[in-house]
Amino acid sequence: MESSEKKPIIRVRGLCVSFGTKAILKGLDLDVQPGEVTGFVGGSGQGKSVLTRTILGLVKKQAGEIEVFGENIDRLSPLEHRVLERRWGVMFQGGALFSGLTVKQNIQAPMREYLSLSQSVMDELALLKIKLVGLDADAADKFPSELSGGMVKRAALARALALDPELVFLDEPTSGLDPIGAADFDELIATLRKTLGLTVFMVTHDLDSLYSICDTIAALADGKVIAAGPLSTMLASDHPWLRAYFHGRRSRAIVKPDFDFVGLGAPETAAS
Amino acid sequence: MSSSPSAEPDFSIERNGADIRIALSGAWTIAGSRALEKAAEALGAAGKGAANVAIDFAGVGRVDTAGAWLIDKARAQIAAAGAATEYQSLDADQTILLREAAFCEREPARVRKVNILLHILTQLGGWSVMIGGNVMTGVAFLGELAMAALRVTLNPSQMRPTSMVFHMEHFALRAVPIIVTINFLVGCIVTQQSIFQLRRFGASTYAIDLIGVLVLRELGVLLTSIMIAGRSGSAITAELGSMKMREEIDALRVMGMAPMDVLVLPRIMALVFSLPLLTFVGDIAALGGGMLTAYLYDGISAESFLVRLQDAIGLNTFLVGLIKSPFMALVIGMIACIEGFRVQGSAESLGRQVTIAVVNAIFMVIFVDGLFAVFFAGVHY
Repeated sequence: MESSEKKPIIRVRGLCVSFGTKAILKGLDLDVQPGEVTGFVGGSGQGKSVLTRTILGLVKKQAGEIEVFGENIDRLSPLEHRVLERRWGVMFQGGALFSGLTVKQNIQAPMREYLSLSQSVMDELALLKIKLVGLDADAADKFPSELSGGMVKRAALARALALDPELVFLDEPTSGLDPIGAADFDELIATLRKTLGLTVFMVTHDLDSLYSICDTIAALADGKVIAAGPLSTMLASDHPWLRAYFHGRRSRAIVKPDFDFVGLGAPETAAS
Repeated sequence: MSSSPSAEPDFSIERNGADIRIALSGAWTIAGSRALEKAAEALGAAGKGAANVAIDFAGVGRVDTAGAWLIDKARAQIAAAGAATEYQSLDADQTILLREAAFCEREPARVRKVNILLHILTQLGGWSVMIGGNVMTGVAFLGELAMAALRVTLNPSQMRPTSMVFHMEHFALRAVPIIVTINFLVGCIVTQQSIFQLRRFGASTYAIDLIGVLVLRELGVLLTSIMIAGRSGSAITAELGSMKMREEIDALRVMGMAPMDVLVLPRIMALVFSLPLLTFVGDIAALGGGMLTAYLYDGISAESFLVRLQDAIGLNTFLVGLIKSPFMALVIGMIACIEGFRVQGSAESLGRQVTIAVVNAIFMVIFVDGLFAVFFAGVHY
């Protein structure tokens, strides 16, 4: 294990995905390092969700290689793929909670499928996850249709964490949350990453999240990753889309004092 | 880390008088499943009778929230038995983890005792209220529909012909193959059985009278209605139900468009126009099946079949079936729409409502057919 410490947990090379004649991803390369929070940004319709869904195996790719946990997902047997799926958790944008099950049953669904735990322990663990994501215990027996938007997000995160995965995919985790709720959510993700050693791959548009919890940011445009690296790299980039994104009107108020050097010329490296 | 990260969760105990040191080893993660649960139970029992218990994390491979929770639960059990407990050799991450996943007592859900008789009575009462409510909704819906229809009749520019034609294509045109097939087959089957039974009296040509009357008065419209209840009724309920789930109906409402005008009326009108057409097609198909069977089993030629048929039936026989069909369409459409609007947030409720819609629609079709039979007998038509 120690030797693989530096190996990326997700490695994508030359990924091409197209729908019909429309090419979405054109030879995309991406590395996600273990233990990091990687934020993935890109304009609407650029294929952020397509990339996530391709890594998860929900969308077929035309060319390229995807390695997760050091294993090429094309070479895995269905059984091995199932083992792989236990090691990641996914939180979909709309939550994708099973509408016929309560929150508690939603969280227990993967436990029930993969593990043989007693009902009392599963109940305890479900309640623990519910507490961990900041929901009230009485949310446990509610159905998804009875939850508010923010609660759905939290419940979906709790389900993604049900099996204590090593890698978590979050699709727009803070969209639709109020700023306080979004900040709580960011903090939650930061805490979980620290305590569980989680690797987080998140698609987000929330500049606050990008500034506060992402170690690495990858930007997608024209079907490729145009820049990847810490925030300082993004801020220093000359790419017009990145300049518009990180120096636009909405970002100005957010740039923290530590990063105020940006735009003035020589940026320091964030690692120093 | 002294143990391999994937080893089973385990621990060893060192006793020193009243002091116990428990050294944890292996991976205390949820992947251990049953082994993790067993180890945690054993851990909780291990501290019995000690005054001081130290739980040592030095040998632990990996801990996750599930492991931390169960370890802390065991510690709480030991502490409850009267021992002083402490953790040793925690690293920074484990400290945070144990804090986040700290055990806390949860009140078990209280099960309320209920009198079984009272329970039955409340259920019965709830049922009665629900059925009463259903009748009320049905009547209210019919009234609303009538008002919408009146509005559209008085002001034809509010009609939505495009929507209606679209639905008619789906309800009528695309149903033609299946309607023709089942009516044809049932026509064949009924004719064949009639010929067999009537042959014993030497009256097998009366099978043509029988099939003519039976198909035109009852079977054609009944089969077609049941088929449409299953085919289009379910589609309407599912469509409206999923629109309701995704707040599309609320969106229509706040934009000032009445769901009744936009969604319900075009569908029900399409059904009301489609079902007579399909019934006619079904009638012809069934008679065609009868004609073929009569030729195959009794050698009756098409010409003599038609001559015989003309004597056996009148225009009224044909009209009885046709008059019924718009009412059947109304019943099917109304039930489908009401059940569609009743869908709640979950996928399960969508399935339930579609089932109810189809079952109720088929039941009501047969029931209404019975009422018509009594009515037509009463007026000697």
